[in-house]
Amino acid sequence: MRNYVLGLITNRLGSAALTLLIVSFAVFFATAMLPGDTATILLGQAATPEAVAGLRAAMHLDEPAFFRFARWLFGLLQGDLGTSYVNNVPVAELIGARFVNTMRLAGIVTLFAVPLSLTLGITAAMFRGSVYDRIVTVLTIGVISVPEFMIATSAVLLFSVYLKWLPALSFASDVTSFWQVLKIYAMPVITLTFVVSAQMIRMTRAAVIDTINTPYVEAAILKGASRRRAVLVHALPNAVGPIANAIALSLSYLVGGVIIVETIFNYPGIAKLMVDGVSTRDLPLIQSCAIIFCIGYLALITFADIVAILANPRVR
Amino acid sequence: MTTSTTMSRSTGYRFSWIGMIGFAIILFWAIIAFLAPHIIPYPVGEIVDEDYFGPMSSKLLLGSDYLGRDMLSRIIMGARYTVGISLAAVCLACFSGAALGMAAAVIGGWFDTVLSRFLDALNSIPSKLSGLVVAAAVGSSLPVLIIMLGVIYIPGAYRFARSLAVNVNTMDYITVARTRGEGIPYVVFSEILPNIIGPLLADFGIRFVFIVLLLSGLSFLGLGVQPPYADWGALVHENIGGLPFGAPAVIVPSLAIASLTISVNLLIDNLPKKIRDRSA
Repeated sequence: MRNYVLGLITNRLGSAALTLLIVSFAVFFATAMLPGDTATILLGQAATPEAVAGLRAAMHLDEPAFFRFARWLFGLLQGDLGTSYVNNVPVAELIGARFVNTMRLAGIVTLFAVPLSLTLGITAAMFRGSVYDRIVTVLTIGVISVPEFMIATSAVLLFSVYLKWLPALSFASDVTSFWQVLKIYAMPVITLTFVVSAQMIRMTRAAVIDTINTPYVEAAILKGASRRRAVLVHALPNAVGPIANAIALSLSYLVGGVIIVETIFNYPGIAKLMVDGVSTRDLPLIQSCAIIFCIGYLALITFADIVAILANPRVR
Repeated sequence: MTTSTTMSRSTGYRFSWIGMIGFAIILFWAIIAFLAPHIIPYPVGEIVDEDYFGPMSSKLLLGSDYLGRDMLSRIIMGARYTVGISLAAVCLACFSGAALGMAAAVIGGWFDTVLSRFLDALNSIPSKLSGLVVAAAVGSSLPVLIIMLGVIYIPGAYRFARSLAVNVNTMDYITVARTRGEGIPYVVFSEILPNIIGPLLADFGIRFVFIVLLLSGLSFLGLGVQPPYADWGALVHENIGGLPFGAPAVIVPSLAIASLTISVNLLIDNLPKKIRDRSA
């Protein structure tokens, strides 16, 4: 049986690697196939044909697209992310510090979102059909149905316009005290926590309800266990796998949320870098950022799948 | 076994009142979008207020924007772009997704494997990221936006239609039709489609919500609908400077998006079971 599980996991990892290859292919060709010649764009209208030809050769633009893809992918594997078109700095240098910022933001959000969502999700499932459950359900559907920027703008309206607790849309660079750090992180973290938690609560609630509907939980209730005991002692240990799966899946919503939140709050992270790169059409930067986000997203989804495999006692 | 009390009620095509409210709001925005040029109080580009980010007043019902233009007129015209682009994109996504999904289920074999693998890979690119990459590569004119939004949601529509069609494909009447010598188009459109059309329509609505949210998000980043046109997301983008004053110009377009997406969700959640789960 152990070999079978190992096989399943290897299979998942293999398919994730294949997916990543297809994704990098798609990202490369979406950005490399654009109309217009990159060398001409870079040098401007006044460039001599010789200069354009020289730059084309230097950037390997005269090679077939497939070779350029292979060269780019090979570079990526060695950690060479290319050079930014706009300011001629290695992309890795641009991304470095900002990557840490984004990871820190994501980490803090996870720290808040997971306990909050588990508590709300499990209790909502426990008291399914109650007023409490309905309120939680309506709120989560509400948050899921509106765009992320609306959560962000609502948070600004509430906390900085009406309550005046926090600064509005500025990311101050002169940070001196712990209190200021807290104020800076508060708004992005609140917004992202809302976005991610709404998904997580919904999935956790669904996972627990699935387990509650099984015959053995019904048997526990019939033998006289209280609702709380039936859920916490009988159902929950068996729902750990699906819940972990739900957590990993909902964390993948961080990828979309972080793009909006970093832009609106001017947070110096990698998503903001990418959005700025799009307005200047800095392709190597966009390609690298896109690949990093795809790797993060795929890692979370694959992790969720592997947890689901490990948690299923029928294959373990 | 859990006994369901709702089952006994849903014998006919009965709509709950919450679903009706959702439907009414969707209909309202559809009519607004259709009639937009005839009902706007002021031309969209005209500066009618000396002050910018003006408050709501009897002259300007929803206040003015960052240039002093009438917000109500801009939102009415914005409905055209938000609803129109999303509707066109969702049609593209669902029609091609469903057709491919059903075909893959019926044909099977390597066609199914290769297509599923490829579309699954595309599905593992976060939607906002695809939007950014395409906006960087080819810009964001209206046709590009529609095609991009449509293509991004084809894999999801494909997966959903395929999983439904695979179940129907094992039915006896499909075997009968094939034994009769019917071709693949006939089996797909005359035998499978009628049996999964209900859930497919519900999926159409859900995907419409996704597309409205993605379009608004991209426009909010300034990478979606470009001036002089403006959808609701772009309206929030251009007026974000009014946020510290709590100007209606920032709040109202967001509310418009929310009213549309929440209504569609309400309608779908309250569809009669007969339509929603017909194949279940």
